[in-house]
Amino acid sequence: MAEGLHDSDVSNPVLRWIDRRLPVISMVQREYGTFPTPRNFNYFWNFGALAMINLVIMIATGVILSMQYAANTGLAFDSVERIMRDVNYGWLLRYAHANGASMFFIVVYMHIWRNLYYGSYKTPRELLFMIGVVIFILMMATAFMGYVLPWGQMSFWGATVITNLFSAIPVVGQHIVTWLWGGFSVDNPTLNRFFSLHYLLPFVITGVVFLHIAALHITGSNNPLGIEPKGPKDTIPFHPYYTSKDSIGIIVYLMVFAILVFFMPNYLGHPDNYIPANPLVTPAHIVPEWYFLPFYAILRAVPNKLGGVAMMGGALVILFFLPWLDSSPVRSMRFRPIAKWAFLLWSVNFVVLGWVGGKPAEQPYILIAQICSAYYFAYFLVILPLLAKIERPLPLPESIAASVLKHRGGGPLPSGATAKPMEKA
Amino acid sequence: MRRSVSTLKAAVLLSALALVPAGAMAQGHDEIHLPDTKFSFEGIFGTFDRASAQRGFQVYKEVCSACHSMRHLSYRHLRGIGLTEGQVAALASQFQVQDGPNDNGEMFERPARASDHFRRPFPNDAAARAANNGALPPDLSVMVKAREGGADYIHALLTGYADPPPGVTIAEGMHYNKYFPGHQIAMAPPLNSEGQVTYADETKSTVDQMATDVSTFLAWAAEPELEQRRAMGVRMIIYLAILGGLVFAVKKKIWARLHQREPAP
Repeated sequence: MAEGLHDSDVSNPVLRWIDRRLPVISMVQREYGTFPTPRNFNYFWNFGALAMINLVIMIATGVILSMQYAANTGLAFDSVERIMRDVNYGWLLRYAHANGASMFFIVVYMHIWRNLYYGSYKTPRELLFMIGVVIFILMMATAFMGYVLPWGQMSFWGATVITNLFSAIPVVGQHIVTWLWGGFSVDNPTLNRFFSLHYLLPFVITGVVFLHIAALHITGSNNPLGIEPKGPKDTIPFHPYYTSKDSIGIIVYLMVFAILVFFMPNYLGHPDNYIPANPLVTPAHIVPEWYFLPFYAILRAVPNKLGGVAMMGGALVILFFLPWLDSSPVRSMRFRPIAKWAFLLWSVNFVVLGWVGGKPAEQPYILIAQICSAYYFAYFLVILPLLAKIERPLPLPESIAASVLKHRGGGPLPSGATAKPMEKA
Repeated sequence: MRRSVSTLKAAVLLSALALVPAGAMAQGHDEIHLPDTKFSFEGIFGTFDRASAQRGFQVYKEVCSACHSMRHLSYRHLRGIGLTEGQVAALASQFQVQDGPNDNGEMFERPARASDHFRRPFPNDAAARAANNGALPPDLSVMVKAREGGADYIHALLTGYADPPPGVTIAEGMHYNKYFPGHQIAMAPPLNSEGQVTYADETKSTVDQMATDVSTFLAWAAEPELEQRRAMGVRMIIYLAILGGLVFAVKKKIWARLHQREPAP
């Protein structure tokens, strides 16, 4: 081997020449080929790969849309309609991009749900989890600014309401809002900067996603049992096992995506956004996109504006502390008889928050929002810390392999496979 | 395998659950119940009834276009409801549109071409308001997408004029409508008598028929891609179903290898 070159296994001479100087092929082989992965993933482990694909779809459709879009208050709405009518397959690009945002949040909410249920946020994956929360917050910012771009009524008024939240900050609040707007109301400078940032942030997200994956490949993945792999029997190479399993998730994901785009492209949107923005006419109900509704409900549950903003921000920030709030050493809720139900209730609670978030700010919705907001925080601040002390977890399986092979019983297996069932508790 | 399929189901179900708040939201609140009109373009395989859409265009041209613009449409788009190139050219030439400036720096009028946008009834919003008692007749290009209920709403609105119920007073120049939010609408009943429009195909132009036709036309105008979109969607689902079957078989085969390699401990 020549001095200073990477030791490559690649046999093709051209690829080998490259790989010895820039070992990208070795890297992909190591990180996505032979990468040892717990053998017991269920389909909830599809959502990370799906999120990655969704990000690529969003960037691809978005870059092309931006070639036809005009970020100017006088032109934006019309340019979007032009995309829908006169650009070849413009309707497909735009509907894929708009519904892709919804798909992205469905996928990421599922990814987070899986994380919380199987305790993936616990040591040693705390930083991995925190980087994930950063991605989630960046996604929210990107989606919010993207929704402003068509410059419909909900775009304009959503932007007005959300940017105005910063005015709740004491003393400097109003100055910050003026600074965000680039003027004294949501107007052309606001639209221009939102477009610029909406184009920029996805690439920031891509960068943070790489950190997320890099951190993942240090600790390795968690798994439904929440126990670490102890040896080669517990793991399988990522390829072909999880590439094939992820492929099934991708097909299901694309089907749901296709049903939205081709048969109900405006179902998740709001009709008011097909009315051009008008600063003089306020819509009867200003509602954000569905994926913000749980947080919107928390915001409105507090009668005080600053308090509401603080609670809404806190609902996200609290996730950064989750690895330390939940000090139970048992990761998977499968082995936590009480925490499991507390968490499933929290999940239903989150959906209820989303539902009241779309309702007008009146009784009984305010009361429901307040109760649900209280439980949202209580789960993190009271229930998890308490359960870590008082809950008696169920016995953990000895190893991933032992658990997997025990559960497989009855199938078409080589003889002897079920010779010693029930040996492990 | 059974386990993983049920987890797959759970994952899909939970994903679907994420859509629930949006659905609940879409229903809105203090909703006026709209009568359900039967339209040709409903359902996955529905298509625009070309004859109805063309009659609807005639209603728009002879009635609505006196006040309502459709600024996102060009005459050439009408090929989409079955007009031939010659018909579009002939139709466009009936309208005078402003062009210019010419070499002398003057604006001039000329007959419209297929590539021109629909002529607008008013030069600007202020002129539209001035001619309409202060109310602005909204642009109709995407009206069907801009209202809860879509084409059903348009049809209901056009046929929903009535005398105000006892106790309800209507402001000067306003009209009572059963389906308009707040029930007071500035637009006078636009379709008010049978035979208001004379259809070339001898369809009886009842108010309900005219309302259905113009709703069909406006639905097409808002979503001209609808038929192509659904057709592509059906092909996409079939393609994904076949591909999904293959992917599932491949996955099973690959994982079977694993199951055979290692006997239980």
